Amino acid sequence: MSRSILLTGGRVVDPSQSMDERADVLIVGERVEAVGARVAGDAAHREGMETIDCSGLVVSPGFIDVHCHLREPGREEVETIASGARAAAAGGFTAVCAMPNTDPVTDNQAAVGFILRQGAIADAARVYPIGAISVGQRGEALAEFGEMVAAGAVAVSDDGKPVVSAHLMRTALEYARTFGIPVADHCEEPTLATGGAMNEGLISARLGLKGIPAEAEEIMAIRDILLARRTGGHIHLCHMSTRGSVELIRWGKDRNINVTAEVCPHHISLTEDAVEGYDTNAKMNPPLRTADDVAALQEAVRDGTIDLIATDHAPHHYDEKEREFADAPNGIIGLETALAVNITWLVAPGIIDVPLLIERMSCAPARVFKLPGGSLRRGALADVTVFDPDAKWLVEPKRFRSKGRNTPYAGQTLQGRTRCTIVGGRVAYRADA
Amino acid sequence: MTHALGKDLLGLEPLSGEQIKLILDTAEPFKEISERAIKKVPTLRGATIVNLFFEASTRTRVSFEFAEKRLSADTVNVAASGSSVSKGETLVDTARNLEAMRIDMVVIRHGASGAAQFLAERIESNVINAGDGTHEHPTQGLLDLLTLRDHFKRLAGVKVCIVGDVLHSRVARSNIWGLTKMGAEVAVCGPRSLLPNAINEMGVTVFNRVEEAIEWADALNILRLQLERMHAGYIPSLREYNRVFGVSRERLDRAKRDILILHPGPMNRGVEIDSDVADGPFSVILDQVTNGVAVRMAILYLLSGGKPELAESAKKGGGDR
Repeated sequence: MSRSILLTGGRVVDPSQSMDERADVLIVGERVEAVGARVAGDAAHREGMETIDCSGLVVSPGFIDVHCHLREPGREEVETIASGARAAAAGGFTAVCAMPNTDPVTDNQAAVGFILRQGAIADAARVYPIGAISVGQRGEALAEFGEMVAAGAVAVSDDGKPVVSAHLMRTALEYARTFGIPVADHCEEPTLATGGAMNEGLISARLGLKGIPAEAEEIMAIRDILLARRTGGHIHLCHMSTRGSVELIRWGKDRNINVTAEVCPHHISLTEDAVEGYDTNAKMNPPLRTADDVAALQEAVRDGTIDLIATDHAPHHYDEKEREFADAPNGIIGLETALAVNITWLVAPGIIDVPLLIERMSCAPARVFKLPGGSLRRGALADVTVFDPDAKWLVEPKRFRSKGRNTPYAGQTLQGRTRCTIVGGRVAYRADA
Repeated sequence: MTHALGKDLLGLEPLSGEQIKLILDTAEPFKEISERAIKKVPTLRGATIVNLFFEASTRTRVSFEFAEKRLSADTVNVAASGSSVSKGETLVDTARNLEAMRIDMVVIRHGASGAAQFLAERIESNVINAGDGTHEHPTQGLLDLLTLRDHFKRLAGVKVCIVGDVLHSRVARSNIWGLTKMGAEVAVCGPRSLLPNAINEMGVTVFNRVEEAIEWADALNILRLQLERMHAGYIPSLREYNRVFGVSRERLDRAKRDILILHPGPMNRGVEIDSDVADGPFSVILDQVTNGVAVRMAILYLLSGGKPELAESAKKGGGDR
C-alpha cells in the first residue's frame, strides 16, 4: 500500500481552485488524493498513515522559485545543489529553477543532465535546470535549446549577464518559441551599468560609488518587450527593480505581448538606504532602488503586472563579501527568508492577502514556467507547503541550510515561517516543534 | 582621553560644524611649529603610526609624515601597490595584521570608496582617511577650510565655487560638507557629464559656465582634471575643457573683484588652471600645502586624545594626552 500523509485542520489556500477554507488534505503516494472537510474521517482506516496537525497553519501548494543560483558545478564551497535544495525546502519551496551561470556554464544537454541528477540525489526540493541562451554565456552563438529541453531544461537564460546583441535576443526568442519555453532575461544595458555598485542617486553621489541608473534596466526591458512583440516569443523579465520597468511591462501586457515578470523579495522590502555604511550585504544587481520604486513594485505584485516573486538566491563566500564595497560580488541569499520577507512587507501591511501571496509564489511560477505543481487539486503532484503566517522569528544566518550567510536581514525579526514542506508526497522539511 | 572627534576621521559629512571648528582652531597653534628651526615637539612621543597608502601619493603622504614626525611619533610608510583585491592580501587581513602589531593610528589612502570606514570598523586603532576612492578626503577639505579662513577671517557667508570634475572628486565632497557646515555658500561648476546627477540635492548651486562662477565667487577651488576622464568619454578633449572651463587670467580679470584661487594639486597647468593664475597674486595654493601639515598635526593630536585647550602648551612640552 502506498505511503500516505494526512494534513489535518489547516487553512487550505489553493488559488488554482479558488479555495480558502479549513480542510484536510490526504496525500497518497506522490499525489493529492483528496481535499475537504470530511477527508480525515474517511481516511482514518488507512494503515501507516502519517497525520500532521496543521491547525492554525496555512496549507498551500508548494512554492516554486524560478530563479536561484546553486553554484554547482564550479563553486561547491559556496553552495551545492544539495545544500541549495535543502535550503529551498526549509524556505517552503518544493521546486527551484537553477540558473546556468555555473562553471562550466550549463549550456548543453550533458550539463543539464548533471543538474537533474544532483537534484535527484539531493532529495529535497525539486531542481529544474535552466539552460544558457548562448554558448558559455558569451553572448555570441545560441546554445542547443532543443537538446537541453529534451534533457530537462525548463527555460533558457544568460542570467548574470545581459544579452547584449539585440539580434541574438531576437533569435533566442524565436528559437525558444519552437520548444515552448520562456527566455528569462537579465535586463542590463552594459555601457550604462558597468562598474556600477549601487543605484544612481543622491546616496551614490554621497558615498562616492558609481551608480547604476534605472534606465540601464528599463532600456533592456523595453528592447526585449518589443522583440517579444516582433517574434511572439515569451520574454520573462527577471528581478525587476524600478517603477519605470513596471510601467513598461504594463505597456507590454496591455498590448497582449507575451511578457511575464518577476520581482525579488529584497526589491519589495529594502531601499538603497541599506547601502549606507558600505554594507556589502546590500549589494546586488540590479541594485536596491528608492522607496518610490519599492512602492511601485509592491503595487505591481498586487495588480499582477508582476506575475511572480523569485528569490535570485545568490550565495557568496563570506571572504568575498568581507571587502571593499566596489569589489564585493553582487547578490544575497533568499531561499530561507523569501516567505517571511514577503509576508512582512506585503501581507502584514495589507498590500496583498495570503491567497495572492500563494498565487505569486506557487501558482504563477508553475504556470509561467509550465512546471508541475501550483495546485492541490485531486490528482495533482503532492508538492505542499505548510506555513505559519503569524510566527515571528529572528533571522540568524548561522542556522541556514544554505551555505551562504550573505543576507541583509540578519538580526531582523520577520513574520511568517515554513513548518513543513512536502515534495512528491514525502516530507522534505519539518521545522523543529 | 577626550573624544572630541570620536575614534576616527573618516570624512567631513559625519562631523558637526563645532567639530570642524575645533580642528581648525587646534591647527592654529601647530602652524608655528613648522616655522621653527627645530621643527619638533614631543607631543606624540611613543605613538606608532602607519601610513598605509594603496594609491600613489606624494603630497598627502609627505604632509602626513611631516605632521607625525614633528609631533615625535614613530611612523612607518607602507606603499601597497594596486588594489588589495587584484593581488595579494585582502584589506581585512591587512587590518588584522596591523591590529596584531598594536599600532596606535593608521592613515589610509585607498582607491575604494568606504575603505577607511571598512578598516575603522575592524581595528581598535584610530583611523584617518587620507582619501578613499571618490568618497572623501577630509584632511584636504580641512586644509582648504583653514586656508579660506586665514584669508577671509571667517567662513560663514564666503562664496566658494568648486570647479571641475566633481563626479569623481573626493576633495569636492569633503569641501561641500565642510563648507556648508561652516556656513559658507557653495557652488559647483563643470561639464554636466562630470557632475553627479543628484548634485542639486547636495545643497549647492550649479553653474554651467565658469564665467558665471567667477562673477559669483569669492574663491575658486579648482579640481585636477584626470586625463583618464577624457579616455572614458566624459569630455571630448582637454583642449576644449581648457577653452570652456579653464580658469585663465583673462576670465578672472573680467570679475569685479579679486578671487582667491585654491587647487588641491597636483595641477595640470594649461588644462584646468593657467600658469599665470596658479602663480598669480591671488593664488593660495602653496599656503594650502603649508596648512596641510598643521591641520594633520591637529587631527593626530585630537584623535590621540589631546585636549584642544592644551594644544598651545602641547607644542612646548610633553603636553597632556
